[in-house]
Amino acid sequence: MPKGIALDKQGRLKDRVAMTDTNLLLTITVVVFFILYLSAVFFLGGSFAKPQNFLNILNNNASLIVLSCGMSIVMITGGIDISVGAVTSLVCMVCAVNLEQQGGNMLTVILIGLGIGLAFGVVQGFLVAHLGIQPFIISLAGMFFAKGMTTIVSKEPIRVTNEGFLAVKDTRVIVPGLGSPNKLGVYIPAYVEVGVVIALLVVVLLFCMLRWTKLGRAFYAVGGNNQSANMLGINVRRTKFLAHVLCSLLAGLGGILYFLHVGSGDVANGAGDEMNAIASSIIGGTLLTGGVGNVVGTFFGVLSLNTIKRIVSSLGFDEAWWSNITVAGMLCLFLVIQSIVLLRKNTSKQ
Amino acid sequence: MQEGAVLEMRGICKYFPGVRALQDVDFTLREGEIHALMGENGAGKSTLIKVLTGVYPKDGGEVRIRGVEGAAVIRSPQDAQNAGISTVYQEITLCPNLSVAENMYIGRTKGAVTNWRQMNQGAGRILSSLGIPASPTQQLGTCSIAVQQMVAIARAVDMECKVLILDEPTSSLDEQEVVKLFGLMRDLKAKGVGIIFVTHFLEQVYEVCDRITVLRDGQLVGEYVIEDLPRVQLVSKMLGKELDDMADIKGESGGAAISQDGAPVLEATELCSNAGIKPFDFSIRKGEVNGFTGLLGSGRSECVRAIFGADHVTGGAVKMDGREVRIKKPLDAMKQGIGYLPEDRKGDGIVGDLSVRENIILAYQVMKGFFRPISRAQAEAFADNYIELLEIKTASADTPIKSLSGGNQQKCILARWLLTDPKYLILDEPTRGIDIGTKIEIQKLVLKLAEKGKSITFISSEIDEMLRTCSRLIVMRDRKAVGELTGEDLTQSKIMATIAGGDEQ
Amino acid sequence: MTTPVKNPETQVKRPDESLFKRLTRQQLFIPVAALILLVLFNLIADPSFFAISVKENSLGNPVLSGNIISVLDNASELVILAIGMTLVTASSGGQDISVGATMAIAGSVILRMVCGNEVSANTMHMPLILAVLIGILVSMVFGAFNGTLVAYFKIQPMVATLIMFTAGRSIAAWINNNQLPIMNDITFKYAGTFLPGIPIPTPVFITALVILIFWLVLKFTTLGLYTQSVGINANSSRLNGLDPKLIKLLTYVILGVCVAIAGFIRVSRSGSINYSRIAENIEMDAILAVALGGNALSGGKFNIYGSILGAYVIQFLTTTLYKYDVPSTALPAYKAVVVILLVVLSAPVVREKLASMKKAPAKAAKEVS
Repeated sequence: MPKGIALDKQGRLKDRVAMTDTNLLLTITVVVFFILYLSAVFFLGGSFAKPQNFLNILNNNASLIVLSCGMSIVMITGGIDISVGAVTSLVCMVCAVNLEQQGGNMLTVILIGLGIGLAFGVVQGFLVAHLGIQPFIISLAGMFFAKGMTTIVSKEPIRVTNEGFLAVKDTRVIVPGLGSPNKLGVYIPAYVEVGVVIALLVVVLLFCMLRWTKLGRAFYAVGGNNQSANMLGINVRRTKFLAHVLCSLLAGLGGILYFLHVGSGDVANGAGDEMNAIASSIIGGTLLTGGVGNVVGTFFGVLSLNTIKRIVSSLGFDEAWWSNITVAGMLCLFLVIQSIVLLRKNTSKQ
Repeated sequence: MQEGAVLEMRGICKYFPGVRALQDVDFTLREGEIHALMGENGAGKSTLIKVLTGVYPKDGGEVRIRGVEGAAVIRSPQDAQNAGISTVYQEITLCPNLSVAENMYIGRTKGAVTNWRQMNQGAGRILSSLGIPASPTQQLGTCSIAVQQMVAIARAVDMECKVLILDEPTSSLDEQEVVKLFGLMRDLKAKGVGIIFVTHFLEQVYEVCDRITVLRDGQLVGEYVIEDLPRVQLVSKMLGKELDDMADIKGESGGAAISQDGAPVLEATELCSNAGIKPFDFSIRKGEVNGFTGLLGSGRSECVRAIFGADHVTGGAVKMDGREVRIKKPLDAMKQGIGYLPEDRKGDGIVGDLSVRENIILAYQVMKGFFRPISRAQAEAFADNYIELLEIKTASADTPIKSLSGGNQQKCILARWLLTDPKYLILDEPTRGIDIGTKIEIQKLVLKLAEKGKSITFISSEIDEMLRTCSRLIVMRDRKAVGELTGEDLTQSKIMATIAGGDEQ
Repeated sequence: MTTPVKNPETQVKRPDESLFKRLTRQQLFIPVAALILLVLFNLIADPSFFAISVKENSLGNPVLSGNIISVLDNASELVILAIGMTLVTASSGGQDISVGATMAIAGSVILRMVCGNEVSANTMHMPLILAVLIGILVSMVFGAFNGTLVAYFKIQPMVATLIMFTAGRSIAAWINNNQLPIMNDITFKYAGTFLPGIPIPTPVFITALVILIFWLVLKFTTLGLYTQSVGINANSSRLNGLDPKLIKLLTYVILGVCVAIAGFIRVSRSGSINYSRIAENIEMDAILAVALGGNALSGGKFNIYGSILGAYVIQFLTTTLYKYDVPSTALPAYKAVVVILLVVLSAPVVREKLASMKKAPAKAAKEVS
């Protein structure tokens, strides 16, 4: 506690106040990302130096960004949702069946995606918030349910040939100024896919929601201490419920973006994405214990995670299993860092 | 509703499994009065308040609030806030991860969007007007407990409320802060706010309150105007008996004087731990009862925790019976014949879901070792023996300990340590939160054990309890041992003076 | 204000508990009831479900065969895992979701040991017992890794074990350079199939042995008391001389042993391994077994026999579903529904609601009057 704090004429504090946990962890994340990426550019050079390479990280992970943001919100309230990857897969599969076999269009795809997300969110949210069941167990069941349903819908991969859909899928949004000439000297403009635009929009919207709306602040309060939040007059159950609904809804949206990126329904779609989402959130400074976190951090978490993956694969470890081991390693590292930081803090306060 | 009343509760009932926490309690709060709610621990004060603020649903009765037609429906703290009831709870009910300003405004602002600038300015104004040394943008978790409590009070008084509830808000405040709080309460009273004030400090009640409602065992004893109820009567109403029992024990207390020439059982020099206490010296003789005294947070618990190895010991030396020993963890201390009854019974003492029997044998079992389990028959014999000896009231030895009353839980923990047959027993606040009868039993037991040659360190927040049992007191202030009192120095006034540090100025 | 209405019956007396209620409070009520339900269903739908016949297996030995035998046989891995999972749940209040992945690792290690570097080996390169011991050791190391994260770094068990959940199968593949070694020596398969001349599947005996060992351990050590004490109140346990971190770690290491044994049985059944499919989704079944056995998933008191019974009930359910041609990939969806039903029914809120539903009519009548 700084002693003798005084207010100046504008009513602002003269003393600088220590950073909040959220900002501290956010800063760490952003710094880690830039160190990672710059060292990749510096030491590995080549493809990393091209802007399009960076944009491809976004292109490949638009869906993951959205999933991770949803995950962060649930984690901020102190919960977790490991069904998101399986929901992604289910959405892709149902959308593919809808487009190929039932003559659907983009609108029905969007409705299906959000509808499935909403359904998972409502059920899981209700069970967690109103019946007080551990979110991990519920979402584990949700994950297995979605996985099972996906194979029930179709065991075989379905490649989409619907033209309206492919037109949207292949739309490229040109990013001015970042293009570069190819080997023949022809200027190739840098681009992102439609999904990236949506994902960035989601990040911005969620950031604003978490920072300024009543609901956003309630998420933090509930995660900080849900009994206190209740005493402070916050409807804890409703807040938790909405967090889960929002998370699953974003998982549905993430499913649509994934579908837009790969253009097929496959049991293997989104496999392990719940892990990637949790890892990204944690790397992005969201505490597992709740109450601390930020979607901007999560965004950088996704970028860091995938930069690491690329570095690992460009070092020659490009077998499939290295990717999983890398994610697990990163997750482990950041979990331990968080744990040490928190333990330190708690002991120093005594 | 009665003339002038802002709040009426009629026939309030609340049951917990196996316990009648509140039975048919009436309570009336008038406009512009400060109304003390008194009672021993477990009398139902906190329960009544939690029922009123919607934390617990009530099982019977009705609540009426001025301005609300018919019986008020309060199902959540949010409803209570909307009905004009603001509350400061005993434990801090704020979110440590949010900023001070946000903690003051969250859950009670209108509109869906937070205006941070406005909020910080508003909070800054209130904080500076109350002289709370905190910044609005500071994370609450980084403030001291006292400041956090003041922030909670600031939040409550800033609300446009008809009823303000203060549930033991003063326990973590220092004297000046209490004065400030009382000033605030009088201002609000003048504005017509009804204030319910729960506290354990009789002085404070007689300083600010207008009326007293006394509860005992979940039942209403009565409502009194403060002038009509002298302190002695208040105490006897709270206890439900005259003070004979207390006098009884006082007669025996002379017996605590022990042979001063006995060799020390335990001798610690320059002991310190990571809990932030200054190095201290300590010794105790065979058959001696001594104690640590000082204000809450003065470091008395931390001292005994260091002796027992409960905190990480960072320096100093300990001798048992003249031999140097190393106590790094509780098991080391237990092997040296030290027992420790911790301050926080629920958090550190009982193992809630385990049975009374398992709780009693736990420490002894741990000392015997992993591969030598106590047989069922033997465990039953031990448990039955101590249940009888200490008159533990329990349905059976198989009952989960968490369903016992506080006093009986405490007895089980005492039994746990007695079973290990310790040479030296540390009792940290063994009488907190238990009924008066058990308190006296425990004090008597302490003296009896000392007579049998056990050394005991006894810590209590109530100085007269310490005076009755201890023959030597170590006084703590600001995490430092500042004095040692024996013999004729053992008087209330002398202790107070040493705690306050008057003699050094 | 009207005069306060005093209800003469405010002293709510708790009604005498009916036999039914006392029965439902028993810890083993749920698994036993579920078992009876399944048995009844199969009896009515098709009594031949319970038929046991003697057939010749591929080696020409007469062996018992039938759904009941297959339940007892196939539940083996699950039962062994459920025992370890119960201890972990009790001590740390969370579950290890990496058991399936760690089983893959243990299986992979054992195969690598017996096959040497050959992809298809016809003789064992190492005594089987030694290979299994190495598998157990490796699995214990991974258990210790999980336990360390949980106990010393205070990470929620499910999240800490998420690390191995993700990496485990990849590590298993990496151990064998992503080859799929095949062990053709018939003695290697004894543990997963039949011993010559004995008509009952070997895993049944191994499981019985493991249960016996745990019975002895719980009887002749204080593991049970310590685990429960730490799971209920770690602070208090520490002040009674226990080391909660060490005990938590110990339970994870014990689970590691269980995982290795289960992994050994699994690879021994086929003499080979498929990294991404071996013991897939078994973590879900193991957690379900613990919950079904009436143990609180939040830790504390436990009943190991409940979990064992729970595991057999789950296998019974699986076998029943298979019988009705539910494809194995769709199985998780059905089980997920069972899990959700189970946790919903055991949620305190729902239990209270159910209990008060009986009283409700009486209360309503009172309010009207």
